[in-house]
Order: sequence, then structure tokens, then C-alpha cells
Amino acid sequence: MSITYLEAIREAQAKLLREDERVFIYGQDVGGVFGGAFKATKGLAKEFPNRVLNTPISEDAIVGTAIGAALQGMRPIVEMQFADFSSIALNQILNQAGTHYWRTNIPVPITVRLPSGGTKGSGPFHSQSMESIYAHYPGLIVMTPATVEDAYTMLIDAVAIDDPVIYCEHKYLYYHLKAEKLPDKGLPTGRARIAREGRDLTIVTYSAMVQESLAVAEELARENFEIEVVDLRTVKPLDTDTVLASVARTGRLLAVGESFPWGGATAEIIARVTSEGFHLLDAAPVRVNAKDTPIPYHPNLWSTHRPGAKLIAQKARALLKE
Amino acid sequence: MLQTAQRGKKSKKTAPEKAAATKPAVHERFLEAFRWMLLSRTLEEKLVSLYRGGHITGGVYIGKGQEAVSVACGLFLQKGDIFAPLIRDQAGRSAFGEPLVDVARTYLGSRQGPMRGRDGNIHRGRPGDNCLAMISHLGAMVSVVVGSLMAKRLRGEKNFIGLSCIGEGGMQTGAFHEGMNIAAVEQVPLVIVATNNHYAYSTPNDREFACADLVERAVGYGFEGYSIDGTDLNTCLEAIGSAVQRARAGRPPQLVVASALRLSGHGEHDDASYVTDEIRRQPFAQDCVKLAEKKIVDLGLVDAAKLQSWKDDARKQVDDAMATAQQEAAPEGAKEDWCAISTRELADQPE
Repeated sequence: MSITYLEAIREAQAKLLREDERVFIYGQDVGGVFGGAFKATKGLAKEFPNRVLNTPISEDAIVGTAIGAALQGMRPIVEMQFADFSSIALNQILNQAGTHYWRTNIPVPITVRLPSGGTKGSGPFHSQSMESIYAHYPGLIVMTPATVEDAYTMLIDAVAIDDPVIYCEHKYLYYHLKAEKLPDKGLPTGRARIAREGRDLTIVTYSAMVQESLAVAEELARENFEIEVVDLRTVKPLDTDTVLASVARTGRLLAVGESFPWGGATAEIIARVTSEGFHLLDAAPVRVNAKDTPIPYHPNLWSTHRPGAKLIAQKARALLKE
Repeated sequence: MLQTAQRGKKSKKTAPEKAAATKPAVHERFLEAFRWMLLSRTLEEKLVSLYRGGHITGGVYIGKGQEAVSVACGLFLQKGDIFAPLIRDQAGRSAFGEPLVDVARTYLGSRQGPMRGRDGNIHRGRPGDNCLAMISHLGAMVSVVVGSLMAKRLRGEKNFIGLSCIGEGGMQTGAFHEGMNIAAVEQVPLVIVATNNHYAYSTPNDREFACADLVERAVGYGFEGYSIDGTDLNTCLEAIGSAVQRARAGRPPQLVVASALRLSGHGEHDDASYVTDEIRRQPFAQDCVKLAEKKIVDLGLVDAAKLQSWKDDARKQVDDAMATAQQEAAPEGAKEDWCAISTRELADQPE
């Protein structure tokens, strides 16, 4: 018996609906017999017909509605059909949910699920990784689970948190990633995880790039390099302590993210390490991101645009020679 | 009051006036509404004078000319109802129960105000008391009210409604459209009161929309719509009061579009020189406070001494609120709690 990353997300929501009557799911095509574009809510509307609700194609109003419900004590989970479409809801997420606690002292406990990241053939508008945009703005927690276990426990944690949580689930991991069983409890929110121990170089990454980086660590192990992989789990808050402790062990930092290169999570990681741990570094830190173009449709182009294991390994080897 | 289907006909004021002259309860309501309008007008005149004297940082945004519509928005709401006032809703906010000192503290930046110096002027509210704190992005509050009402329904509460204010400017946003549509899809007990004050900042109606009357949109959204004269207090009370009643009775969401010229700039930094003389001569350019006062005098609802005592009382309340806020400490950057989330242990600490 094995369970996928996608099934873990559905199981987490089923558990939340069963155990917490404040929870409801709101989004495009999540209800009825359909159960979502990726089936992350399949079967849930049958069990909870009034709490798994289809919406019009109105991302702004979907999030606005969730905010209003949260202010009245509910714990809504919004499913954006694709992370890319959350751009339409940026105003509600950033300016309404993100400012509310600071302005009024009343937090907004919404969870916004963003099916994120690239998959083959998805093109410019169904592939984006939005975590850096949301992390940039105050008032939001940004989760980027990279394992089946984290996909499950972090979604349950997200709903329990009193503040707005942007939960970036990676579509590439939906079916690829499997686990034997689901845990009751994960690491605390905001704590990074050492996904693989090593002493020659630290790769700090999150979401689907954790799997790519682990593959690179395996490959370089055959060349007698021991690569440490840090899975951030949440990009905001960013667990700087765990990152610095790892860099203290290895002296080399490679920051890897799937999103666009200007600014963002990888830039933040490097800024913090150079600012707080410059003395720990034996070489200039390096980062790996997607290219600074829209995400291409054709697999030949996409596989070059996306920072996969090949590019990460190449950058890691160069950094190890520094 | 015009129903959607009767677009194009002139508003008939005679019937409500007759009702006002024969029903003492209606007189009482009219007078109560007038006193909130008076308080709002007095307060905003004070804010303007403080602004001109350099005592208010940021802007001052007043509702002069729109008090009749606004007061009717606040007056019919009950405990448990949700109110989302907008820029020009001082009268409605006061009628809903916002203490004057909240206004004074927010404009003067007192740490003891509901916004504690973190937000200013009209960007204030007490969401815990169901008065939402508007953000500047117009149209964004509609769906928030929808969600609040859905939550109440999911919890099995009864006899609640929501009322959200908007202007003809805000009606042109995508957020407003999404909010209206989702309200009707969810069939929540919502009243939208839109004041066409004829300018979105400096842009006149003909560059804002191209339909004959914005109330036409009600049908398209699945709302019931009414178009009214926003300068006549009695009309506003009748129309908005009825819309609130219908929403409470389970009818579809209600849209009331009122016409009343903004008798000020967008903010006090704006001299409104773009308002043409032709517009200023229109019936919708009349001052609703003056019209209501004239009606009170004409019908002899109260005597001159009483009217004067109300004005004095309003001034005293305003002065007291301002004096209280002026004595209070301003926030200090070095002592501020710079944490934007309530789950403090999850605050990101970059340094």
C-alpha cells in the first residue's frame, strides 16, 4: 500500500473536514463528482456536500470570500486551480489578508492551496512558482512541501495556523512521489529538514527541487563528494539557523529554486548566508534558478528552462572546485 | 424610488413626503437620521479645518453631499449584521455605532485608536464588531462581506444581512464584478449601496461607464435593483430600509444606486475644479443636509431652538473626541511591535 503526494493532500483535507467543522473548501471545480482539476478533492463533496463548494472563475472573489468567512471564525481552504491564476487574487491575498492582522489586530486564518511549478507541456500560464512573490509581502506564511509526509502534515498545520498560509504544492510531485504511510506529525512549521547529510557542499532548496537535488547528491557521491541537502519546507519563515549550521559544516552553498532568477527565495538564502555567515564560506555562494523568460511549452525548451538535476550537478561540481 | 424595470422615469418624492407628514414613527426616524448627518457634517468640517491647519498627516476624505445615502446604510443594520463602509460613509459609520473617538484617533494617529497609527483616515474599522476595515483597492470589500455571510449561514445563524457601500467609480473594477456575481451565486442576504457621485476622482461619468443607468446591471448579476435620488433623505431611508428588509426576508441580493454629487474634492488636497458649472446646477448637486433641515423646518418637526441645540451638541461631541485623541501618545517607531502575523513564533527574522 502506497500513497502519493496528491493523495496525501486529499487525505489531509478529508481529515480536516471530518475533524473541524470550521473547515470548508472553496474553489473552481473542487465540488460535485469532479473533485478538482487534479482530483485533490475527489470524493470530498460526496461526504461533505455543503462544505466543498464549486465557485465561478473569480479568483479575487474566491479569496475575498474566504477572508470574510475566516473573519467570522471559519477555516477556509481555497484551491487555486493553478498557482499561476492566483495572480488575479494577489490583491485579496497581499492587501487584504496580508495586511489585516497588522492593521486591525485580527488575524485571517485562510489557507490558499497553489498547484505550482512546471510539468511537461504546460507552458507559460500553467507552470509558475509563485512562492517568492508571496514571501516578499508581509503577513503571509509560505509553505513549500517536498515530500508526501510534509504534504500531509503541513496542510493540516496550515489550517491550524491563525494567519494566512500560502501552501505551494508541486504538480510535478503529485503522482511521482510516494510514501508507505502518512505520519501523525511532522517537523514544526518553519523548521528546515536535513534531507541528506554531507560535508562538502550544502544545497539549500525546497519543493520539487529537493528531489532533483537529492538525485544530484546521489550522483556526486559516486564521485566521492558528500553533498548535504537542506529542504527548507517553508520559504517564509526561512530557517536561517539550519542553513547556517549546514554551511558551517560544508563551507559551500548552492541555493536552488525553480522560480525566475530575479530576487526570490534563492537570492534571500544567499543574502542571509553572506550577511550572517560570510566567515563560514570557503567559496562564493552560487544559485540555480529557471531562466529569465516565460516558461516554454515545448518539452525540449522546458527541460532547458527548468533547473533540473543536470544543471544543478554542473553548478555543484564547479563550486566544489572553487 | 425607481425599480430596475422603470428606468428612465423621474423619482417621485411626493408619496414618501406625504407618508412622512402623517406617520410620527417615520418622523422620528427622519430626525434620528438627520442628527447622524449633522454629526457627520460637523465632524468632517472639523477634520477639514485640522487638515488645513496642518494637524493631520496624510489625507482627509469626506462624505459631504452623500450623508443621506450613507446614514441610511448604517441606520437599519442590527447586531450581527455586517457593514463594509467606504470612503464617504462617516454618517453610516456613526449610525452603525462607530464611536467618534475612533475617527479622531485614526486621523490623528493615536496609538489608542483601532488602527494604532498603523493605518489612517478612512481606512479603519472594527472587524470584531462586524464593521470591516476597508482597503483602498475598490470593489475588494464586496466578496469579503459575501464570505462573512456565508460563514454565518454555515454556522446556522439566522436573521443577519450584510451591507457594502461602493461608488460608481468602484463599480468599474473587476473585483466589484466578481464580488457581485459570487454574491448572487451564493444567494447571500446582501445589500449593495452604490452612490454615483458623478466623478471618480476627476473623471466624469461619461468616461467611467456607458450604460444609461448603473442599476441596469442588477438584472445581469441576479440582483434586484433600485435607482434613487441620493439627495433626499426620506427617499434614501425608504429605499435602503426596504432593501435591507427584503434582504433579511430572503429575497435575492439588493442593489441600490443613488445619485448625489460629491460636494468636496476627492480628498481635501483636491479643489474639485474639474466639476463643471453645468453639473453644479443639476438636482443631484443639492446638499442633502440642507434639504433635510429645510424639510424639518417646513414641516415644523422641531423648533429652531431644538435644531440649534442639536448643532451645539454635535459640535461638543466632535470637540470632545478630538480633544481626547489630541492628548494621546503617538506611536513610536523604536517601540513598535514590528510583527505582521499573530503566530509570533513563525515570524521571519532576516537579521
